[in-house]
Amino acid sequence: MAELLIKNGSVFDPTRSINGDVMDVAIRDGRIVESAGPNAKVIDASGKTVMSGGVDIHAHVAGPKVNAGRTMRPEDKLFKSQAAAGGYRMEMGFSIPSTFRTGYDYARMGYAFVMEAAMPPLHSPHVHEEIHDTPIVDEAALPVFGNNWFVLEYLKRGEIENAAAYIAWLLKASKGYGIKVVNPGGTEAWGWGLNCLTLDDAVPYFQITPKEIVSGLIETNEALGLPHSVHIHQNDLGNPGNYRTTIDTLRLAEGVTAKNRFGREQVIHSTHLQFHAYGGDGWGNFESKAREVVDYVNGQKNVTFDLGAVTLDETTTMTADGPFEHHLNGLNHLKWTNVDVELETAAGVVPYVYSPSIRVCGIQWAIGLELALLCKDMDRCFISTDHPNAGPFTRYPRIYTWLMSRKFRDETIGSFKYSDKVVAATEIAGLDREISLYEIAQMTRSGPAKALGLKDLYGGLSPGQDGNVVIYDIDPANLPSDPSKLEAAFQRAAWFIKTGEVVVKDGEIMNHGNKRTLWVRANVPENPQVKRDIHDKFIKDYTVGLQNYEVRDYLAPNPYVIEVEMEA
Amino acid sequence: MPIVKLTPIAQPELCLDCYAISPDALAGLTESGIADLEVWEGKVRWRLGDFFEVSGDAGRTPDETHVVVDGDASRMKYIGYKMTGGMITVNGSADMYLGGWMKGGKIHVTGDVDSFCGIQMEGGEIMVDGRAQNHVGCAYRGDWRGMRGGTLRIRGDAGNDIGTFINGGTIIVEGNAFIHVSTHGEGGTVIIKGDVQGRVGGQMVKGDIFVLGAIQHMLPGFKKVDTIEKEVDGQPYRLDHYVGDLGERHPSSRGQQVLGNLYVRAA
Repeated sequence: MAELLIKNGSVFDPTRSINGDVMDVAIRDGRIVESAGPNAKVIDASGKTVMSGGVDIHAHVAGPKVNAGRTMRPEDKLFKSQAAAGGYRMEMGFSIPSTFRTGYDYARMGYAFVMEAAMPPLHSPHVHEEIHDTPIVDEAALPVFGNNWFVLEYLKRGEIENAAAYIAWLLKASKGYGIKVVNPGGTEAWGWGLNCLTLDDAVPYFQITPKEIVSGLIETNEALGLPHSVHIHQNDLGNPGNYRTTIDTLRLAEGVTAKNRFGREQVIHSTHLQFHAYGGDGWGNFESKAREVVDYVNGQKNVTFDLGAVTLDETTTMTADGPFEHHLNGLNHLKWTNVDVELETAAGVVPYVYSPSIRVCGIQWAIGLELALLCKDMDRCFISTDHPNAGPFTRYPRIYTWLMSRKFRDETIGSFKYSDKVVAATEIAGLDREISLYEIAQMTRSGPAKALGLKDLYGGLSPGQDGNVVIYDIDPANLPSDPSKLEAAFQRAAWFIKTGEVVVKDGEIMNHGNKRTLWVRANVPENPQVKRDIHDKFIKDYTVGLQNYEVRDYLAPNPYVIEVEMEA
Repeated sequence: MPIVKLTPIAQPELCLDCYAISPDALAGLTESGIADLEVWEGKVRWRLGDFFEVSGDAGRTPDETHVVVDGDASRMKYIGYKMTGGMITVNGSADMYLGGWMKGGKIHVTGDVDSFCGIQMEGGEIMVDGRAQNHVGCAYRGDWRGMRGGTLRIRGDAGNDIGTFINGGTIIVEGNAFIHVSTHGEGGTVIIKGDVQGRVGGQMVKGDIFVLGAIQHMLPGFKKVDTIEKEVDGQPYRLDHYVGDLGERHPSSRGQQVLGNLYVRAA
């Protein structure tokens, strides 16, 4: 099979502490190898930046709520769609791109993997169909568990073994990757018109608190030994003063040790932390509490997080946090979709415009960047926009550029209508730090790959890892002084090689690649009680039969299955 | 002003997307350059010259360019798309999206227009001597930002969904209209000189509607507050003044609730 030799690039590989050293990278049979033979195709990367393929730990890129957004927002496609050309498919949309645009744009930015961050298990067949329709980029999906009736009942009774057996069954049934928790208890409470805004607000009927749900799921996750940790969207998202609930939740990781064979060290991944680092007691005195939150995270080694950085775009918010979307619609009076997913979860969708003319949006933008600029361990801080909630994933290059250029941040602050008020409510204007290319590689490669338990496949350029290599037209010795040039180079890679195949050249798609769907099969001891509970609930409560529920193999035709064994 | 004359010589099998027929696309081009501009029939790309005989060079800028479509353009969409200045005259009828997203300049159509005439228009003038189909001066589907400025005059009748989400500017329909006028209106003015069947001002937040004929079915969300004398499009009228839509959220300004105004010719 074809061999590739990428010569003389400035390589950034934090997994081996390689910081811009000029060296070669060889690929054979889709994997990184020590050296290439004489017949290898040579790509000259001299004067350019070489990294492994990017890993996105959290984005909403497939499934029913993405589709609900597409359906309710035809205007998202207006003037933002290109005709098909050269054997490639039409690309449509901006904040809720079509599956083809999603795959193409991730590839153009040099991303090899993206995690669909919230899969409603009942609709997992749809999620997998969309994943299959998204070219090039490898994907996995996290089923949501934080408001699931089985989980609430088992954890209320402290039955970790039963929760584990149920979760193992659901991961297999939905071809899911790990445990996602969205507004634990709150989404279910909304069935009663309520919400859980602190860790101690009990869910009606189930009489379990968010604290018990999160702690129970952490314990279950580690008992199963899953590759990823509990991945949590915390309670009280998006509200002034929520940073206390955020830190209270992160404290639940204290004293818990990760147990798995994948090298993962964290027991909580706290997602889109920007939405959870708010001070003030109303929108009037809304302010950043990024420092308080990051100070805690800096000292708490078994926690990772992603930014959820606001990109100042018109976008589409979508979350399984149903009550939040209702609340947001009350603020902006635009369109609102809501769905309840039987025994499992709910979801809402509302368009949102993060306007530079609105003080709160400017403060949100600052918080997203402060979280990174104040963080001391970049292997635990990952770049995300909670796509499309704080902005589309296609803005990652702009986020890198804001982080790498104080000048660009100052320009952006200067463009705000209420610059002074944004500066007063944040500390962004006082932060001199400029993130390096090495740190960008930590935040988008080595860090998220390790946190997902995927460091053997992604995140670095060691022999044996997947042959995912991106070459950006950026000379580390001579970074462009114009921020827009840096952004453009990250937006459209000079080359992207995905598992050994050239899929992007000069920012153009060359190949539909060989994408895979990753999922986790957790093998647990036979559990007759859970088996009976599943059977009974499908008869009594679900609208579908058990035999119709599982994702059929043909819906995920290129699987990469990770096996874990739970010790009895 | 230099005139570029486009005389139809062939009709497309499907409707033709003529983004190129605007002073902005033509400015600075000579006859042959204009004939080489692309037009689309579905996913098939053609030259403008495949469907029109081109005579005359364009002016240096859009403002100095007058485009005359001399004949039937009733299967030619997007004439005047996003234009910022200059003039277009269509001696005949035009298809959908005439003057869509227009920012400035003037368009005159001597015949009829199909739907979406002046969609999300921001400025300039459109005058249609004949009739218009549906969605005159409306928002793009799904969008909450409708027409923002300019003047759009239809001398004949118009269909449904006139000025949906209108935010500014003026729409005048000199004939009758079917249903849905200024739905979700947030500003601007819509004048219907003839009759309207109904659903006038549904979910209207702000702005003015004048119906100088009769409304067959009034929406229940409007309340009559007064009868006034007022000049509309140069003529005096005696009008019943209604406010609404009272079922919709309304902002307040200086302690006063801001409502939409609906004026209907008094009996």
